[in-house]
Amino acid sequence: MSAAREGGGGSGPAAAGSIGLLASFDFLDNAVDAIEGLRKAGFKRLKAYAPYPEHHIEAAMGYGQSPVRVFTLVGGLTGAATGFAFTTFTSMDWPLVVGGKPIVSIPAYIVIAFELTVLFGALATVIGLFINSRLPDVKPSVVYDPDFSAGRYGVYVEAPPGRADEARRILQAQEPVELREGAEAAHA
Amino acid sequence: MATATTERGALTHPDVQTLGEVNSDVLRALTRPGKGWWALFALAAAGVGLFFTSWGWQVYNGIGVSGLNAPVGWGVYITSFVFWVGIAHSGTLISAILFLFRAPWRQSIYRTAEAMTVFAVMTAGLFPLIHLGRVWHAYWLIPYPNSRFLWPNFKSPLLWDVFAVTTYFTVSAVFFFLGSVPDLAAARDQATGLRKKLYNVISLGWRGTDRQWHHFGKAYIFLAALAAPLVLSVHSVVSWDFAMAIVPGWHATIFAPYFVAGAIYSGVAMVITLIVPMRKIFGFEKYVTIKHFDAMAKLCLLTSLIVFYAYLTEFFTAWYSGEVVERASFWNRLFGPYWWATWIMLSCNGLVPLMLWFKRVRHSIPALFVISIFVNIGMWFERYVIVVTSLHHEYEPYAWGMYRPSLTEMGILIGSFCWFSFWFLLFTRLIPPVAIAELKEVLPAPLRRQPKEAH
Repeated sequence: MSAAREGGGGSGPAAAGSIGLLASFDFLDNAVDAIEGLRKAGFKRLKAYAPYPEHHIEAAMGYGQSPVRVFTLVGGLTGAATGFAFTTFTSMDWPLVVGGKPIVSIPAYIVIAFELTVLFGALATVIGLFINSRLPDVKPSVVYDPDFSAGRYGVYVEAPPGRADEARRILQAQEPVELREGAEAAHA
Repeated sequence: MATATTERGALTHPDVQTLGEVNSDVLRALTRPGKGWWALFALAAAGVGLFFTSWGWQVYNGIGVSGLNAPVGWGVYITSFVFWVGIAHSGTLISAILFLFRAPWRQSIYRTAEAMTVFAVMTAGLFPLIHLGRVWHAYWLIPYPNSRFLWPNFKSPLLWDVFAVTTYFTVSAVFFFLGSVPDLAAARDQATGLRKKLYNVISLGWRGTDRQWHHFGKAYIFLAALAAPLVLSVHSVVSWDFAMAIVPGWHATIFAPYFVAGAIYSGVAMVITLIVPMRKIFGFEKYVTIKHFDAMAKLCLLTSLIVFYAYLTEFFTAWYSGEVVERASFWNRLFGPYWWATWIMLSCNGLVPLMLWFKRVRHSIPALFVISIFVNIGMWFERYVIVVTSLHHEYEPYAWGMYRPSLTEMGILIGSFCWFSFWFLLFTRLIPPVAIAELKEVLPAPLRRQPKEAH
């Protein structure tokens, strides 16, 4: 099931002889129908573009839970543990009674533990995001259209040898504004 | 019944027709610096000069050039520190808490509010360093293994503050940057030449693919969930800098919620102060509508009532406690030598915002702008009252004394506003000041077929 959880977009090097098709849509429902049509027809290597987070597209691509949440949890717990451990260690390292409080004053250390929970949790979330969404990725990509950040939705499919016609037909049925093929839509 | 999406879209931005229009309207701000912007920027840059000149003067001559002395060891610097940290809070409230609550009016203003947070914390963070006097020893604040195996005292609220403020700065900067990534990509897609290359790098090469949006959406929710408690915690920790000490006027359990409410109150006012000219200069009338101002004004009104209630509670508690010293401290606030500061605080924070009960005032942008300035002044004086009038009139009558800010301190105070404005003005020209991608979420999605009925 890992392919379904990861969404439709398979990764790794493209099979020899496969043809890439990139369709741009003005309308959300066309893009969603195109994705669903392609997935139903068994196309595995799909990619969708949108100018904003669109849950219909995510649903059509078949995404499950994002593993970023595990990063957040682990980061947060690490932060809490570090906060308590570090404050306790430094107090024991040079035991000094301050204000009549116990050497290890847990209530006072909750503040530090809380702050480190948030700090580590947030930084781990960013690391989780970078790993899972393959960011940063600053090299120029040909399979992209600047309109995808403005108002258009994009669907990219890598059709295995001999199935390009079928993919083109599914995309054409949704009346794309533009359909690029082959070298024009090749991976950089 | 219309669907939630169309209803919200129609409500928040009735004049925005297409998704692409948002890009061209917002990104225009990045290309065309008008005369107004340059004038403000020149003023801010001059103020930054004043800021560092004054600070340099103090570093060269020593902390004696400030008015700080026994018994008032905390003055304008700590007042301004608390003020600027407070300003930061409503940015996180708008960007994180209102995000989690799905408030449909936050999209247009949250990028501005978040930028304000980052720059306000940047400003606030300088004040403890300025206040240190010998700023080259600032690294002593950080726990690090040193040659004598000495560690800082983790039972001290001042050290909690170091952790709270650095965490707050880091998390809000990350949140701000990450939220801007899709919009920086939008800026890249409209730019050419060197700017395009630059925006490509700082947008991390964002392409808006399904995979990116999927994980981004989750990461953003978690970051918001982590930032939300910071709104409540950071100013609570700042308040404990005072409340944990036994100074009359400081030692009160009400301080944490009182400070948090005050922080959000002053921050919302600052958002209004910043958004009114920005909307005018960049022509964002379509995006920041009367409805947004109405919502901010209501938030301002609510928090002003909480703050005013806290003032009254403080006075009541002082009277009801029967403690002579505590009573004297609060009597001194109202009728002592610093009476003017207290009355500025009470009237600016308690009385002026009462006008916001009227819809006509909430819907008048000039009126809101003026009220927000009053609130900013009032909230600065609130912290001045807390810091200075408490310290100058403690237990022993022979230890009472007066504090007068020096010219150096005033230069740094005025300079701090310019330092903040300097960064904010740069922000409006470099990062899309209205959140492009998030705004599109509340606009109705373009559909070829009619939307299905009965959602």
